[in-house]
Amino acid sequence: MQIFLPIAEVSVNAFTLIGLGGIVGLMSGLFGVGGGFLITPLLFFIGIPPPIAVATGANQVVASSVSGVLAHVKRKTVDFRMGGVLLAGGLVGSWLGVFVFTILQSLGQVDLVVQLCYVVFLGLIGGMMLQESIRALRRSRNPVHRKRLHQHNWVHRWPLKMKFRASGLYISAIPVLLVGVAVGILAAIMGVGGGFIMVPAMIYLLGMPTKVVVGTSLFQITFVTAFTTLMHAVSYNTVDIMLAVLLIVGGVVGAQIGTTLGARLRAEQLRILLALLVLLVCGKLALDLFLRPDELFSITTGVR
Amino acid sequence: MGLRHAAAALLFCLCGPVVAQQTGPSTVPVEDADAQFPIYSDPGRPRVVVPENADAPAEQVVAGLSNDSVAITASFDGSEILIYGAIKRETPIPDGPPLQIIVTIEGPSQALTVWKKERKAAIWINSEHVEIGAAPGFYAVATTGPLDQILRPGWDSRYRISLPLALRAFAGRISVGDTVPFTEALIRLREENGLYRLEEGSVKLVDQTLFRADISLPANLIEGEYKTRIFLLREGRVIDVYRAPIEVMKVGLERWLYRLAFDKPLIYGLMSLAVAVAAGWGASAAFRRLRRA
Repeated sequence: MQIFLPIAEVSVNAFTLIGLGGIVGLMSGLFGVGGGFLITPLLFFIGIPPPIAVATGANQVVASSVSGVLAHVKRKTVDFRMGGVLLAGGLVGSWLGVFVFTILQSLGQVDLVVQLCYVVFLGLIGGMMLQESIRALRRSRNPVHRKRLHQHNWVHRWPLKMKFRASGLYISAIPVLLVGVAVGILAAIMGVGGGFIMVPAMIYLLGMPTKVVVGTSLFQITFVTAFTTLMHAVSYNTVDIMLAVLLIVGGVVGAQIGTTLGARLRAEQLRILLALLVLLVCGKLALDLFLRPDELFSITTGVR
Repeated sequence: MGLRHAAAALLFCLCGPVVAQQTGPSTVPVEDADAQFPIYSDPGRPRVVVPENADAPAEQVVAGLSNDSVAITASFDGSEILIYGAIKRETPIPDGPPLQIIVTIEGPSQALTVWKKERKAAIWINSEHVEIGAAPGFYAVATTGPLDQILRPGWDSRYRISLPLALRAFAGRISVGDTVPFTEALIRLREENGLYRLEEGSVKLVDQTLFRADISLPANLIEGEYKTRIFLLREGRVIDVYRAPIEVMKVGLERWLYRLAFDKPLIYGLMSLAVAVAAGWGASAAFRRLRRA
């Protein structure tokens, strides 16, 4: 069934979009990533103009994150205090990121910087996670070493300490804010919610337990992407509600299935899956940068 | 090619940007877009002599369109336009090579930039670019025969009929040595998308009097006035032109959403968010109930 999108001004198959939303929703529920880093390139691929793909992708992420976060609230796996501090940092960061984006645009190399960001960050995070989770999986098979309750690192020595009860942490608010800011900047430049950066940062930098990481990250993503959607709609008129609704229909259902599935899988296995997915996207983007493209030319239409 | 042709071509090269400006008797007024961008389309291509129009033509086109407007609804999936007509003449059909017909449909123009990737420090990045002042968002040419055989270059540039000439003008400073690969790439990319098309031999002409052309409009149309032109040709010269507009616009829900997005963006944005939150909450509640059952 073909459907004409009023803002994107293209005709696409409605079922393709619902399916796309479903896959991304599944990722969202399973891993706690918003799925922006998957949906945006997928929308480019089916011929949606990039600015509309980014803005509408953000709107879709709002829906799947709300759906996911509600399921996590029920299971009491959201650290609202941590989420709030992260969000404060995130909003500042995304404001800074938009500023950086404008500068890059005037230099004319946005695409390149965005792509390089993806390759570097996805590569680093994917590699780290894969290595760590394989080690954890091996450790659990031969339980000779006694695991410490949690490791103390530099994060624990900073001032302005706060109690995060749901995470069972008593750490400084400064690194939490910094993680929020960094994710916000990257999110604005890369046009994503930033969950795929935040989830590993929460686990490895802040030392949060995996079971609250997904819910808390979804909580923060919901607000950051809502902010982004509104910004895009007001300043660039690039949110296509028809496209968003189709993606959302698939997305919310996918997110529910994902959360149910996630509760049954083991944390290490979940992390290995996410690591492999991140590395896959990274590899694809790196190939695009290093291999000679089939088509050297591209067209960008002027300001609408 | 005679010496006189070569001399005339040289003269026009020297004249530069005034080439497309028409002076002297003309049966057809110069189009607005031509007046706006009087520069010859592609500076990388050789310039050709632009001929003057003949006196009142002996043969004229009378034509009609199957529909003069296209409504874009939610289920819009392209449209078929039938263009039909006849040749009006007071005298018998002249001897010599047969009459030829070219039909063009041109969509609203947009400014655009064509980028070329280059390898720098092992990675492929956009480097050289050419800015095009106005290129039609859609352009279709249907003819009764091979375009290069039925149309002389001079008349082609006079009316900007073939695809390369439909690109109006270059904007800004041109930073590349050769613009031709860029315009060729633009045409190639848009032909792959079905936005530019050349359909040689698709116009049916019966007894040099009745003709019909079926042109399909793709699904990814932009709104605006589409210009239809029907050219009557003899021996490669245009002897008459018929013009008619086709209005392409969104209707119903499509139109309402589009207007809301541009007129009241804050309300539109909040509405998008409300839809997203409601859908997310709804699915969550529905699944909880499903699991309990």
